[in-house]
Amino acid sequence: MTTTQQQTEAPSPREPQRRRAPLTWRQRLGRLDVKLSPYLYIAPFWIVFAIVGLFPIVYTAVISFQDWDLVRNQGTLTGFDNFAFVLQDREFWMSLRNTFSIFLLSSVPQLIAATFIAAMLDKNIRAKTFWRMGVLLPYVVAPVAVALIFSNLFGDKYGLINTWLNDFGLPKIAWHVDVIPSHIAIATMVNFRWTGYNALILLAAMQAIPRDLYEAAAIDGAGAARRFFSVTLPQIRPTLIFVIITSTIGGLQVFDEPRMYDTRGNGGSNHQWETVTLYLYNEGWVNFNFGRAAAIAWILFLIIVAFGLLNFAITRRFIAGDAAPKKAKKKVKK
Amino acid sequence: MSLSRRKTTFGIAAGAATLAIALAGCSGTSSDNSSDTATTGTSGSNDAPVTLTLATFNQFGYSASSEGGADYKYDLIQEYMDAHPNVTITYNVADTSNTARENFFTKLGPGGLADVEAIEVDWLPEAMQYSDLLADISDPSLDGRWLDWKTQAATDKDGRLIAYGTDIGPEAICYNVDAFKEAGLPTDPTEVAAALDGDWSKFFDLGKQYHDATGKAFYEENAAVLQGMIGQLEAPYENPSDDSITALDNPEVKSIFDQLTTASGEGLSAGLQQWGDDWAAGMANGDYAVTLCPAWFLGVIEGNAPDGHWDIANVFPNGGGNWGGSYLTVPANGANVDAAKDLANWLTAPEQQAKAFENVGAFPSSPEAANSDAVQTYTRPYFNNAEAGKIYTERAAAVTVSPYKGSHYFQINDAMVNALRNVDTGTMSADEAWKQFQSDVKALS
Repeated sequence: MTTTQQQTEAPSPREPQRRRAPLTWRQRLGRLDVKLSPYLYIAPFWIVFAIVGLFPIVYTAVISFQDWDLVRNQGTLTGFDNFAFVLQDREFWMSLRNTFSIFLLSSVPQLIAATFIAAMLDKNIRAKTFWRMGVLLPYVVAPVAVALIFSNLFGDKYGLINTWLNDFGLPKIAWHVDVIPSHIAIATMVNFRWTGYNALILLAAMQAIPRDLYEAAAIDGAGAARRFFSVTLPQIRPTLIFVIITSTIGGLQVFDEPRMYDTRGNGGSNHQWETVTLYLYNEGWVNFNFGRAAAIAWILFLIIVAFGLLNFAITRRFIAGDAAPKKAKKKVKK
Repeated sequence: MSLSRRKTTFGIAAGAATLAIALAGCSGTSSDNSSDTATTGTSGSNDAPVTLTLATFNQFGYSASSEGGADYKYDLIQEYMDAHPNVTITYNVADTSNTARENFFTKLGPGGLADVEAIEVDWLPEAMQYSDLLADISDPSLDGRWLDWKTQAATDKDGRLIAYGTDIGPEAICYNVDAFKEAGLPTDPTEVAAALDGDWSKFFDLGKQYHDATGKAFYEENAAVLQGMIGQLEAPYENPSDDSITALDNPEVKSIFDQLTTASGEGLSAGLQQWGDDWAAGMANGDYAVTLCPAWFLGVIEGNAPDGHWDIANVFPNGGGNWGGSYLTVPANGANVDAAKDLANWLTAPEQQAKAFENVGAFPSSPEAANSDAVQTYTRPYFNNAEAGKIYTERAAAVTVSPYKGSHYFQINDAMVNALRNVDTGTMSADEAWKQFQSDVKALS
């Protein structure tokens, strides 16, 4: 069969085939191996992803256009009604506000702290492994346990912090009533869990920075701060972008902490700390309106994609300017 | 003396148990065989080996090994398997009712549920909307096994009974004896019961007396009392005939809202969210003096206020009230519906309900079980040796209403709870909260 094909293709106008010697069967296999094998090796991931990731995403889109009955597994088509409802729902906009507020209150301090901690761990300190593993400890604690610990801190009446404030003659903070205090409390839980984790990733990037860069900078008279901003930060930029994007995705999906923040788990009597994921959960699992929940899921997905791209663009622009990538490109060209 | 007495009761109970098993086994097999031969013609199916799965949550008091509880007096699962050598039971226990709920509704349609699934009264109304997917268990032999309101709540529009009642949560009033003493109020349970006997105004009046004397809050939060008040309405939020939302037009709902917000305005509500840390600490610290108190709640008080001094008043404002309780259902698409029915039937029979009560204090929904010695002689040392068994039997009999809970019940009740909490925390005035409730409810329809 292959021979017949060759014969029919042989009298083609430009004769490139003549220059190349006809490949043997083995060589063909070899080329196929080089070209196809990588795809084959990543195929398991993509097959699994298609089943547990892609399919649910598409199916969610299908459900989002219907009035869906989870139990009977059927729905009636309602067009964009679910989306229209969600976008007009006061609760959705409140939850969006809460999500961004909690995201900013958690991600920004968390990344600054993580970078700082990583820079400190990168220094010559005693018992390195101990400190490095120590910062990861909060990550190992289950979110539910974190919520338990922090609910002791942030109790409205008998919480530790309010007791301290009281001792100093300061007014108590209504952690579970006022909007911003509740966001700060939840952001604290998120930070507690994720700061060390991000610090370790950034530390790994910092350790890969060639030490001679620092030596050169030191000889040029750069102080510690200058070396950090002009050497460390630009060098860990790709990692920083990665960390920022993952924490954006995580921050916009924050769920465990607000859900565990009080015993009812619905985001507060006046939706004070109801995040979008919690709103989604409530619509789906409390109100049994899965069409609407699917619509929220898609809206959230689009928001996260948009925000992730925005973050990517911003961090690429602002961290260490444009110099680094251009240089790299030139080098490649030469 | 108490030891020997316990031994004899144990002996009698054990004797009764074997008898009960024998009886249950007999009735089960006979009815089953007849129905089998009548419908499908298979004979002797009862001896064929069958594996049944049973799924519950928290602690139903069936088997200590699966429920992770302390030593139970009885292992009902083992008892059933001993009496039915062909039956093997796989018993799964979910950690919370919420986990069980999600699992139940995810698999109810497509299949994959256990042969016998426990459901909680809180999500029974949701399950009732899919009653056609659950096996109809009505049987003349079950008539009178449960309290009427327990059965009524699990009977759908077509008259199909879809769940076997297990335990119930009849409510009394528990009060902090020291706090009452401090306020100069009666402290003897019978006197307190007499003071509260009547409608809810009596409850709020006593609260005002208490508040005037001590300056402290009387009850934990508005939403907690709402639970007791709303449960006494036949049709609180929806019209039973067509499931339309009536919450905003129902004068009784507005009246309850007004009574509660007035009371919290007068300082009767401590505004401590139920089950929160502050609420638990408040129970020990005397931040509030009374709480609506179902049978299973006694352990909660003992746990939260171990050094406290609380007592049970055999009374509930405006009649009776129920808070909590569960059922066993048999999904209709299961592989062993008949055998599963037998198991659920046996587990909810009066004898086994009484044993589950002895195991974990799950108050029986069967009057016969409630009248058993085990329940009637039951006392609670923490509550000044109150005769809890007798009190709650009376409280259960006082419940007359089984409120209609339609497809929007929980969303509306949630909106109501939110509104009341917003008043409790000072986030909104009563008027603003009612308007919020109105707009929340309007968004539902």
